[in-house]
Amino acid sequence: MTEMQADPHAETPEQFKKHLSKYYVVFVALLCLTAITVGVSYLRLERPLAITLALVIASVKAGLVAAVFMHLIDEKKVIYAVLLLTALFFALVLTLPSLTVFEHHAGIPGT
Amino acid sequence: MAETAIPYVVKPHPVTGIPNGKFGIWLFLASEVMLFGALFSSYVLIRTGAPHWPPSGGLSSDILNVPLGTFNTAVLITSSITMVLAWASCKMGNLSRFKMWMGATVLLALVFLVVKYFEYSDKFHHDHFPSHDNFFAIYFVLTGLHGLHIIGGVIVNTYLLGPGSKLWATDPEHFTNRVENAGLYWHFVDLVWIFLFPSLYLL
Repeated sequence: MTEMQADPHAETPEQFKKHLSKYYVVFVALLCLTAITVGVSYLRLERPLAITLALVIASVKAGLVAAVFMHLIDEKKVIYAVLLLTALFFALVLTLPSLTVFEHHAGIPGT
Repeated sequence: MAETAIPYVVKPHPVTGIPNGKFGIWLFLASEVMLFGALFSSYVLIRTGAPHWPPSGGLSSDILNVPLGTFNTAVLITSSITMVLAWASCKMGNLSRFKMWMGATVLLALVFLVVKYFEYSDKFHHDHFPSHDNFFAIYFVLTGLHGLHIIGGVIVNTYLLGPGSKLWATDPEHFTNRVENAGLYWHFVDLVWIFLFPSLYLL
C-alpha cells in the first residue's frame, strides 16, 4: 500500500496558492535559459563544445519542466519506476546506432 | 442493466497511489519518449555518419530561421505555464480562471502552428522538401511529428475548455484530474521542443 504524502494534489485551495510563485519562477528561468542557448549559439564555439553546452542547457530546462510543471519533484514511486525503465531504454536506443557508426564509418546516402 | 463505472478515476488506486488516468498518461508518455527517442537516435546516426552537417554546407542556423524558432520556443514555454495555471485554477475551485488560462494555452498553441506554417511555406518556396537531403528529411519528420502532437493537444484542450468542462458541475475532482493529465501531455510536448530547437536550429 502506498502511503499518501503531502503534495500539491492533496491540499486545500488556500494551501495550494503558495505553489503558484514557483511556477512563475520556473517560467522566467526557462525564458532566460532559452535566451542563453540562442546567445551561446552566436559565439560560434567548436562543435563538440557547442553541442555539449546546448544539450546541458536543454537538459536543465527539461528538468525544470518535469520537476515543477509535471510535479515529478513530489510524485509517487510507481511513476519514478516507470520513468527509470524508460530512461534505460532511451539510453539504449541512443547508444546502439552510435556503435554502428563507430564500427563502419560508412557513408550514409543523402549526406 | 447496471452501468460499470471505471474505478479509481478520482481517488488513488491502492496499489499505485495515483488515479488510473494519471498512471495511464505516464505510461503513454513513456511510449512517446521511445517514439521520439528512436527518431532522435536516427538523427544522431545520420548526423555522425555525414561528412558535413548540414550536407548542403554552412550552418543549420543559416538554413533555418532562428528568430522564428526562438519565438516559437518562448510561445511553447508560455503555454506550459498557462496550462499549469489552468490546472491550478481548478485546484483552487475557480472555473472561470481555468477557462481563461486554458483559452490562452489553446491560443498559444495555434500561434505556434501558424509560425510553423510560415516556416514550412518558406522552405517549400525554396524547393526545400524532405527529399532535398537528410537535413530536411530529419527536420520535417521531427518537427512534423511534433506539430501533430501540438494539434492533438489543441483538440484535447479545446474539448476540456468547451463540452468537457460540463463535468465540473457534477464531479469537479474528476474534471481537475483530466486537466492534470492533459497538462502532463502538454508539458511533454514542450519538453520535446526544448531538445528539438537547439538540435535542429542551432547546432
